[in-house]
Amino acid sequence: MDGFYGGYGLVGLLLLVGVLFVTVAFVANGLLRPTVPGGDKTVTYECGVDPVGEGWAQNHIRYYVFAYLYVVFAVDAIYLFPWATVFAAPGFGAATLVEMFVFIGFLAVGLLYAWKKGVLSWV
Amino acid sequence: MTVEVLFGLLGVVATGSALLVVTTRQMVHAALWLVVTLGAVAGCYLLLSAEFVAWVQVLIYIGAVVVLLLFGLMLTRAPIGASVDLDASMAQRLAAAVVAGATAGVLVVSLVDAFRGEHIALETDRPRGHSSAVGAALFRDWVLPFEVLSVLLLAALVGAIVLSRRDVSEPAERGVT
Repeated sequence: MDGFYGGYGLVGLLLLVGVLFVTVAFVANGLLRPTVPGGDKTVTYECGVDPVGEGWAQNHIRYYVFAYLYVVFAVDAIYLFPWATVFAAPGFGAATLVEMFVFIGFLAVGLLYAWKKGVLSWV
Repeated sequence: MTVEVLFGLLGVVATGSALLVVTTRQMVHAALWLVVTLGAVAGCYLLLSAEFVAWVQVLIYIGAVVVLLLFGLMLTRAPIGASVDLDASMAQRLAAAVVAGATAGVLVVSLVDAFRGEHIALETDRPRGHSSAVGAALFRDWVLPFEVLSVLLLAALVGAIVLSRRDVSEPAERGVT
């Protein structure tokens, strides 16, 4: 279990064991329990209250900004990883360090704009 | 050998779930099948020892882009059940199949022509897809595109804020969903 594939093989094996564990548990559960379907059991559980209307509500567009901010900062974060492995390496100097802060600076302006416009408050 | 077999299986999963993305009539299911497709592609990257790209695929595409897609569905009036109006006419289906086939053809031909059976050793001490290799390329040769990207992200963020602000500043339309 050495090397690149060995390491990920171990992860895959663990994943497989996890899936198998859940499958076996649910199948055993299904075989052992009594099955009496029907009636109120099929109704969506909503804190003991009868559900009203459909299970679909349209959200306000302002929540889109939160999803979009997440995308922007996820893209930002994935550039931090390769940067962190090289900025101290020989051949890369203070310029590399500054370049990342310029990148983050631009995004910080966006965050500041969002904050100033008041879209960050969860209403 | 195991790697080739696994790669083939993941390719089948990716292609099959991609077909389900475009054929399912439930919009939410399409977004969820997209998770399977992108995950299988991430697995393919991992098998090619492109470790960094694989995890970027998981983080950005499965994590962020699919969330954005689901948000898009939640913001529109898209019904949660099957949408019959998603059905395309036979002519549209044929056109889509021709375009998809042609795109696949271009990609396969150009890739085969570019590499011509070149063998690239995958498992080495430091795989080619290691994040330090990506970082070295990024900060040695591609610094300007990298900085331009931050401006692009800023512009898109400001655009999203402006679009969503318009609704907030019109109190008459509030509550109308």
